[in-house]
Amino acid sequence: MSVAMAIKPSLDAGPGRRLPAGSGFALSEVVIDPAALRAAMADPCAGAFITFEGWVRNHHDGRAVAGLRYESYAALANNEGTAILAEAMARFDLLAVHCVHRVGELAVGELAVWVGVSACHRDGAFDACRFVIDEVKARVPVWKYEHYVEGDGGWLHPGPGQGCCAPALPKPG
Amino acid sequence: MAVDVTIRYFASLRDRAGINDEQVRTGAADLAALYAERDGSLGLGWPREHLRVSVNGAFADWARVPAAGDEIVFIPPVSGG
Repeated sequence: MSVAMAIKPSLDAGPGRRLPAGSGFALSEVVIDPAALRAAMADPCAGAFITFEGWVRNHHDGRAVAGLRYESYAALANNEGTAILAEAMARFDLLAVHCVHRVGELAVGELAVWVGVSACHRDGAFDACRFVIDEVKARVPVWKYEHYVEGDGGWLHPGPGQGCCAPALPKPG
Repeated sequence: MAVDVTIRYFASLRDRAGINDEQVRTGAADLAALYAERDGSLGLGWPREHLRVSVNGAFADWARVPAAGDEIVFIPPVSGG
């Protein structure tokens, strides 16, 4: 597994797309601290601050989930995550946008992903927060391996024609 | 002309490949042909249409020609968030 160092935001969003202070995308191997992330985005210009927290739930597709493991391809995840934040800055009227995604083993109830958006006014902040989490889920190379209460487990690979999971192994011979 | 590239595998593709990464000398005309080559050798199992491909940390087109020293990753459908 390859992951970035914990909580080290990437500010380089490509040519001409540097993100403002307080913004960045990061993978974290350690527990996400929402209070610290919120404090880091404090801005006297901001009239709105919207967050999204994705939590590990105890069930999926009718099965009881004991916990999960997130794996990421860090180089691509950081590039794509930073590009998403730059797109959000360009599309919405924001002051800053930040996203942290956990990697490694997580227990039920743990914080899996955090998105924070600050803006002068709430409309853009609400819309941008939804945009960022939707794009992160669609584009950032992070994969979930669920541990089921019965003791087995499996990778989730949602997509057309694939259901939720990896393709069945071909028949031997 | 054959070139040396590094291919890394993640999630269920790594489980299927049985390896984290490999150095490959390939004469594949493009990344689609390279995937077909590795699928044939390792039994990766995924139809290419359900995957994306990354070169040196950025998404790439399947028609791209592999270059010497490239780090190539076949990206199965993601499930973060």
